[in-house]
Amino acid sequence: MCTTKMAEGSVEKDRQSSRKMDRSHENAPNEVDQNGEEIEPNFSDPEDYVDDVKDDELLGDILKQRPQKAIGSDSVIVVDNIPNVGQDRLPKLKNVIRRIFSKFGDISTEHYPDDNGVTKGFIFLEFSSPANAIEAAKQMNGYRLDKTHTFSVNLFSDIDKYTQIDDKWEPPKPQPYKDFGNLRFWLQEPDCNDQYSVIFDGGEKTAIFMNTSTEASVVEERKQWTETYVRWSPQGNYLSTFHHRGIALWGGPKFEQIKRFAHPGVQLIDFSPCERYLVTFSPLIDVRDDPQAIIIWDVQTGKKKRGFHCESAAHWPIFKWNHDGKYFAKQSQDTLSIYETPSFGLMEKKSMKITEIRDFGWSPADNILAYWVPEVNESPARVTLVEIPSRKELRAKTLYNVADCKIHWQKQGDYLGVKVDRYTNKNKKVSIWNFELFRIREKQIPVDQVELKETITAFAWEPTGSRFCCLHGEAPRISASFYKIHEKGKVELVKTLERKQANCIFWAPTGQFVVLAGLRSMNGTFEFIDAGDMTSMNQTEHFMATDLEWDPTGRYVITGVSWWSHKVDNAYWVWSFQGRLLQKCNRDRFCQLLWRPRPASLLTDKHLKDLKKNMKTYSKQFELKDRMSHSKASKELIEKRQQMLDEFNSFRQRLQEQYEEERQLRMELRDGVDTDCMYAGEEEEEEVIEFFVGEEIIEVNEFEGE
Amino acid sequence: MCNLWRTRISLSSRLNNMKPIALNGHERAITRVRYNPEGDLLFSCAKDIHPTVWFALNGERLGTYEGHTGAVWCLDVNWDTSKVLTGAGDNSCRLWDCETGKCINTFDTKSAVRTCGFTYSGNTLFYSTDKAMGNMCQIFLYDVRDPQQMKDNDPYLKIPVTTPKVTSAIASGLDKYILTGHEDGSLVKWQMETGEKIHSVQEHSRQVIDVQPSKNSKMVITASKDNTAKMFDADTLELLKTYKTERPVNSAAISPNKDHVVLGGGQEAMDVTTTSSRIGKFDARFFHLIFEEEFGRVKGHFGPINSLAYSPDGMGYTSGGEDGYVRIHTFDAQFHEFEFEY
Repeated sequence: MCTTKMAEGSVEKDRQSSRKMDRSHENAPNEVDQNGEEIEPNFSDPEDYVDDVKDDELLGDILKQRPQKAIGSDSVIVVDNIPNVGQDRLPKLKNVIRRIFSKFGDISTEHYPDDNGVTKGFIFLEFSSPANAIEAAKQMNGYRLDKTHTFSVNLFSDIDKYTQIDDKWEPPKPQPYKDFGNLRFWLQEPDCNDQYSVIFDGGEKTAIFMNTSTEASVVEERKQWTETYVRWSPQGNYLSTFHHRGIALWGGPKFEQIKRFAHPGVQLIDFSPCERYLVTFSPLIDVRDDPQAIIIWDVQTGKKKRGFHCESAAHWPIFKWNHDGKYFAKQSQDTLSIYETPSFGLMEKKSMKITEIRDFGWSPADNILAYWVPEVNESPARVTLVEIPSRKELRAKTLYNVADCKIHWQKQGDYLGVKVDRYTNKNKKVSIWNFELFRIREKQIPVDQVELKETITAFAWEPTGSRFCCLHGEAPRISASFYKIHEKGKVELVKTLERKQANCIFWAPTGQFVVLAGLRSMNGTFEFIDAGDMTSMNQTEHFMATDLEWDPTGRYVITGVSWWSHKVDNAYWVWSFQGRLLQKCNRDRFCQLLWRPRPASLLTDKHLKDLKKNMKTYSKQFELKDRMSHSKASKELIEKRQQMLDEFNSFRQRLQEQYEEERQLRMELRDGVDTDCMYAGEEEEEEVIEFFVGEEIIEVNEFEGE
Repeated sequence: MCNLWRTRISLSSRLNNMKPIALNGHERAITRVRYNPEGDLLFSCAKDIHPTVWFALNGERLGTYEGHTGAVWCLDVNWDTSKVLTGAGDNSCRLWDCETGKCINTFDTKSAVRTCGFTYSGNTLFYSTDKAMGNMCQIFLYDVRDPQQMKDNDPYLKIPVTTPKVTSAIASGLDKYILTGHEDGSLVKWQMETGEKIHSVQEHSRQVIDVQPSKNSKMVITASKDNTAKMFDADTLELLKTYKTERPVNSAAISPNKDHVVLGGGQEAMDVTTTSSRIGKFDARFFHLIFEEEFGRVKGHFGPINSLAYSPDGMGYTSGGEDGYVRIHTFDAQFHEFEFEY
């Protein structure tokens, strides 16, 4: 500390003396001037002139290059939270420390203070250059040596700096808490109506609507709310909008801006399921030392938690979160890296080495992870279930002749379905398709197999049950098969529906109901099916539909033709879960519709059971309510029409009066013939008409004769 | 046929005849269909050179008007069904004797004739020409009673149109005005005696393809490429109603006896080859005149509808399409019974 102060003092002295010298130079010409000839312009300062021009302004660039006295302490770092060890283990500790820190540069000196032979828990390391020290302090701060020791690394000079804080310095005041209102206000809507966001006008406008049984009402509409598209957070609390400079989150009753995350050029985002963390991806900037391609943010504080490099965002999300946001994982060449929150470090500091790992997926309910590896060097392909964080292998299934696998978890984590494409040994062509079905909840996780002789184009689990549906076969011979897994029993094929025009399966979030959809290339055909008794409730179409979205409660389905993929007839239609068309909403250049998700229900299983039991009493209330709102709406419509009619009729009355007044004029223009009644078709003219019809008959006969 | 204007057709036979009569007499796309005021005759013209007259009742062809050598764009018939006027792409407008089919006069022009019409009295006829080949768009007015004017091809008035060209026109206000719809979507009212532009409104954003009057000519309906049809007060040009669709509207007509309007159109002809007829939306669409709500559609054409006309008694309508068909429809009982709730 002493040295530093001295050094600074001397520098200051130097500065003052050099300044004096400068001044004397400045004065010199003035003297000459005073004595010199009058023609010379007067350069002298006025007498009351105060020289307030600083040297920095005059020759700052040169001053910068002035040699500085090197201060030894700049290259020194202080490392706290070092294990307290006795003399016997000190060399070992020193080895570890050297190994960790030598990657930032040569360590010229090291000092381990001790207290009666036991290290004090902090050390000093001096590097050969200050740059090395700065880098080491930046990167190693927060490094986890083991469970109980997380390094806290600081520059020695910083410690010096912070011990000499100005007396006048005041700690920054905590920012006042800003109340955005109840973020979950929309759940308190008395009729339990859901909201959805719509982007239309080719992206110019974004609106939030509330879906009601009659006509959707606007909750909020803004111009240029987002630059590309919007996303809801998984529990529906935030609406995220995309901007060139980053992501903004909106929420509360008035959709105020809650947080901003600056990430220039952001393209993709992903929330952790708990909504605590936000992952953003931008292809624009990435610095080698400071990874910024992918950034993970804390949603509540708005702080950046960690940056990552990213080679390609082709398979978004790159980081897959577990169900509660405690872990997130990323696969790369031969490795699976699992990170943990809130430290954002690698779980147990090391990745899992899995040769040739192709894909993995978290269970949506447990800390179980499934991954698969293809055949390598005679060893067969495998699907493996691993428990995290123990890394215990729960189940592994060996597979042969595998071309490709797809991992599908059931929403409640009860089952795992792996779709396997297999080839025959003869011609290496994919000709067998089957499912490996893992029953996670049963002892030792039994696996069943279902095999199909046709290509499988789509697969989906019932979100809340043991059924699944798959589409197989080539167009136009596409079939939809429904299977059910019985508890401790067999996998049963419930029914196969043949010759369906479908390429996507959409289960209702609450299960039982499913829509088989033929989107885009299949022109927008839909079949609503009740998987409970396998009846087709409706077959319908929304011509050229590109999207289908179930509302979070499974009451409504919305189909849409997005301007992004189809330029005409942009609209979205609202259907009931049985496939009854409720509303058609034509919106000019409609782009995207997203239902606002709901958080998990707070009702227990018992509650749900009771509700189902008393369904009849509840449904009566709701039916009454629906009828009332409908009759109100139709009453309003009729009133509106009546008003329009009255207005128009009074207007038309005026025109008719004018018309009557012009009768004489009209007669004159047509040689006195009154042609008004000719095409009036009024009753009193009937006689005249009949008189002439007689004549007509003859004439027609003449023509017919010809 | 001399007394045709006085003949009436018994309506009863038309009822309950739901099947349209499809007239396949033209070789090319229909450009205009028009009833005579009595409603017994139907006139049609197409991009072929044979404007045709039909019996509206049974669709029998009465004859054609031969002489044009280019696509016929427009057609009108005078109030007593004695004369027919046609304008064509062969740079001529022709006046015909309705009954004999004889060409009374040929008005040679410097560019294609886009619109033509008779006034209320039939004493004046007008036509407008396209802006093409260095010739500007002009409206020509002739007094039919003065044979010299026609003989010398010397109109009593030429109105030069400096704004975007005229794409549709009708005579209005009992021989006083001409209403023109323009390429830029504007609607202009011209004084017929002086050629003065009295009033102009721009409610459409794209080309106005068709203008048709209501029965008493006090209102007009315009059809536009901007996917809407709009109804105006024929005198003040005040916008009264707007009927919206998702496709260009080529023609619109007001029912003479009900509060209905019919709109026809569809995907533009040049895009049709790449789309199915379903996406083209070639239906005739019926809207409530006052509520602006669509209540019915009639399918049938497999190309855009280019022209629509209500039969003067309001019991049916006729459509002419890009597919070359003229379809005569008679409303069924169900249609007549339909009423909006109000």
